[in-house]
Amino acid sequence: MTPPQRQRRSPGQGNPAPLPASGTAKEGENHNPERLFVIGGEGAGDRADIDLVTLIVARTEPPVSATPEEAALLRLCVAPLSAAELSAYLSLPFSVVTVLLTDLLARDLVQARAPIVRKTVADRNLLEAVMHGLQKL
Amino acid sequence: MDFKNSDTIPGPRTEDRLPHTAEAAVKIVIVGGFGVGKTTMVGSVSEIRPLTTEETMTQAGIGVDDNYGSASKTATTVAMDFGRISITDELVLYLFGTPGQERFWFLWNGLFEGALGAVVLVDTRRLEVSFDVMGRLEERGVPFVVAVNSFPDAPRYAVSELRTALDLPEEIPILDCDVRRRASSRDVLLTLMRFLHSLAMKGALT
Repeated sequence: MTPPQRQRRSPGQGNPAPLPASGTAKEGENHNPERLFVIGGEGAGDRADIDLVTLIVARTEPPVSATPEEAALLRLCVAPLSAAELSAYLSLPFSVVTVLLTDLLARDLVQARAPIVRKTVADRNLLEAVMHGLQKL
Repeated sequence: MDFKNSDTIPGPRTEDRLPHTAEAAVKIVIVGGFGVGKTTMVGSVSEIRPLTTEETMTQAGIGVDDNYGSASKTATTVAMDFGRISITDELVLYLFGTPGQERFWFLWNGLFEGALGAVVLVDTRRLEVSFDVMGRLEERGVPFVVAVNSFPDAPRYAVSELRTALDLPEEIPILDCDVRRRASSRDVLLTLMRFLHSLAMKGALT
């Protein structure tokens, strides 16, 4: 039996998928717009550059001024926790978590530890560390 | 959900907490067609029970879809299963599996851009479902390896035959695996890391 045949593509080829319109306004189109609006707040403008695997650490106990969502988030990240894990534990869409985190970062209530991302030339020491770690599994 | 009782939100178990020394994380994305075993693979190597994050994507950016095309539907939720492996006390690896419709994955900002690389999981009974995602990874310059999840009733092809069918250059690893087994899933990840390492060596020479 012969398998079906694919054709290779090259970098930059094809039409890149259109990106969804950015900005918090679009979140209002979710099935539960009121909820998202409340959590995101009114003044949510530019978002901090938060990756799925940005590690978040609370700097303080939740202040009395914190909303219930903020308090829950701050309690979750007493130890470092990725933004993706926060989204999972809080059952909130990732973009809503980034809005919350942007605000908490601005108020200096959390610290964000940026991920190591792929570069044109990858860091060999990093790759070797990951390999070494995997070998221990 | 009722956030009034924020104390009751179940967080990570004590043993699932990362040490305070955790400085940075990296990510790998596992892609493939529906039912090919992505979540099983995440679960077999993850140190935590796999979790799910989701993102809401608006119809405007996606185009009309047969399943979601009704006029009232304006947003689609894309879910992503993920797991975690602590590499050292300072470095954490996250693995993201991508269920659902593949064109939505590429709308998720930063999912592939920052990833070290990707694993394309294929089922030889439905090889063609992985064609589009491989093309998209190539277009974006995301390095990937191909792992063939061995289902008992799936046709067996020689690696050379698969390489021709998938139109992959010689350097891209293609390997068999059984994603239910931790050692096998770990070997797929190691193969990806070795491949990335070889690319880094090549990059350093040129």
